[in-house]
Amino acid sequence: MEYLKESDSIPDLRVKIGTLVLDNPVMTASGTFGYAREFEPLMNLRRLGAIIVKGISLHPRAGNPPPRIVETACGMLNAIGLQNVGVERFIKEKMEYLGNLSVPIIVNVLGDSLEEYRQITERLCHCTAVAAIEVNISCPNVKKGGVAFGTDPSMAAAVTKVVKQESTVPVIVKLSPNVTDIVAIAAAVESEGADAVSLINTLIGMAVNLKTRRPELANVIGGLSGPAIKPVALRMVYQVARAVRIPVIGIGGIETAEDALEFMLAGATAIQVGTANFINPRASEEVVEGIGDYALRENLHSIRELIGALKVG
Amino acid sequence: MIRTGAGKDPLLRRPFSIHQSIAQGQIQIYFKVVGRGTEILAHVKKGEALSVFGPLGRGFRIAEKSPACLIGGGLGIAPMLFLAKRISQVKKDCSQDLIILGGRSRSEVEPLVADFEQLGLKLACSTDDGSYEMRGYVTDVFKNHDLPADCSVYCCGPEAMMARISAMCKEHHYPCQVSVESVMACGMGACLGCSMPTKSGIYAHVCLDGPVFDAEEMVWNI
Ligand SMILES: Cc1cc2nc3c(=O)[nH]c(=O)nc-3n(C[C@H](O)[C@H](O)[C@H](O)COP(=O)(O)OP(=O)(O)OC[C@H]3O[C@@H](n4cnc5c(N)ncnc54)[C@H](O)[C@@H]3O)c2cc1C
Ligand SMILES: Cc1cc2nc3c(=O)[nH]c(=O)nc-3n(C[C@H](O)[C@H](O)[C@H](O)COP(=O)(O)O)c2cc1C
Ligand code: FES
Repeated sequence: MEYLKESDSIPDLRVKIGTLVLDNPVMTASGTFGYAREFEPLMNLRRLGAIIVKGISLHPRAGNPPPRIVETACGMLNAIGLQNVGVERFIKEKMEYLGNLSVPIIVNVLGDSLEEYRQITERLCHCTAVAAIEVNISCPNVKKGGVAFGTDPSMAAAVTKVVKQESTVPVIVKLSPNVTDIVAIAAAVESEGADAVSLINTLIGMAVNLKTRRPELANVIGGLSGPAIKPVALRMVYQVARAVRIPVIGIGGIETAEDALEFMLAGATAIQVGTANFINPRASEEVVEGIGDYALRENLHSIRELIGALKVG
Repeated sequence: MIRTGAGKDPLLRRPFSIHQSIAQGQIQIYFKVVGRGTEILAHVKKGEALSVFGPLGRGFRIAEKSPACLIGGGLGIAPMLFLAKRISQVKKDCSQDLIILGGRSRSEVEPLVADFEQLGLKLACSTDDGSYEMRGYVTDVFKNHDLPADCSVYCCGPEAMMARISAMCKEHHYPCQVSVESVMACGMGACLGCSMPTKSGIYAHVCLDGPVFDAEEMVWNI
């Protein structure tokens, strides 16, 4: 009989994003977890590595007309239109609750000019509860004819620079996959001091209704998310992680701990659970549990051993 | 919100109204096959387990002191049985209450009538093609009945029907509640996908703020 011994320490799941240490690598993706409170009755929020809240802009945004979502094969398209209450109401109405959760709160920010990004960063950095800022650069730059900041390395770098100058907390830049060369964008934001990059945001797509001969979404096009985008996300995380020195946060179709661990092997330091929250409100907590079980089963001293450990060739 | 299967396709849960429920924890839904999710649900066998998440949102608020008129059109009949049961339980006097059920043809209405009849409330039905009871729309039945002046109206059905009923209620100063539909991803206020324009100019979210709204608030898209 094999002698059963207690393992002397539970596996270390901690990871580091800039100066921020997370208890585990699991976060919730912006726009898929509301302001966290919605999930309180359904799961233990305190188990999460970090919570990323719905994207916030300087001024409130009403969002797009309906229909805003449609299901597609193994995924969904959304055109919510970045609806949010604006930074002032966010701070007034949501911050106190979030601050009391004892989980790092990362605020996702968006803007349509460099000045907006600057002002919102300044405003948020006055709140002690904000552990980091995630910058959504998939938004159109109004001054440059609506081209998304995230599609051009120099514009992406400019946003990063502005936010970094203003920010007193780590800055994560969230990359758009709707580009020819995501590595170039990642390198550009790294050179302006980004503390980490997260990827991917949604892939732009479209669905058509043959019966009505109309697009399914009022906005015509929308962002594809869910299991359908996982292979694309994995590929981009792999390529970016090999090219930059800052931590990479993997996002895209993650539903289970296995999905999350695959991203870590490909080079992600941490991951985010998005669309899966809609289907299973406990998904993110189950990913945390599953990662812990895996580390125990595989006798890992630290989950960090897995980061980028993919065997190629 | 019901998950039609465990796989990745269909991915999202589907929203349904509770048709009936009992204290022992059983719920019944009444649905029509319109696509893949409902097709799969229709083939679920007795004893199979499904993931159900609910009840969610805000239901009808019952005005206990005023006579009730319940109007269900097509699949809008589904939530009306639950409501009718509640009304017959919480209201002391149901003698002036009326239930109006309508559908395109006999098969959409007749199979449900027996359940409603058990409650002992007055019932009037219509079908578009006249294959069951009165020929015409529920709006015609509504018009033909002399409702008490302090009547409260509860309504669920196609948008065009709810818009007509709302307008008629406004004319008669009947308070009217409508149960509306929208596509949904989460059912719990997290995705902001289920938005519905309202008179106040802001979007309401059907899963949280509804699905039942005061008809006065709605902007009909017809
Ligand atoms: C609050 C609420 C309560 C509901 N209650 C009931 C109920 O008690 N009984 C019932 O049969 N149905 C009900 N529905 C509608 C039901 O959710 C849809 O019929 C179902 O989601 C269709 O899924 P599917 O996969 O079969 O169709 P899909 O393959 O998703 O779509 C097939 C067709 O159905 C249409 N459709 C999809 N979703 C909806 C929707 N939410 N409303 C209207 N049309 C839709 C699509 O536009 C498409 O043309 C309710 C919807 C809501 C929002
Ligand atoms: C309904 C919805 C709303 C979203 N809103 C935002 C947002 O406000 N800001 C942002 O950076 N990303 C937003 N996203 C993108 C997600 O955070 C995530 O990057 C993307 O969905 C891919 O991950 P997933 O496949 O796990 O969902 C949203 C996604 C969905 C589905
Ligand atoms: S369905 Fe997600 S917010 Fe209503």
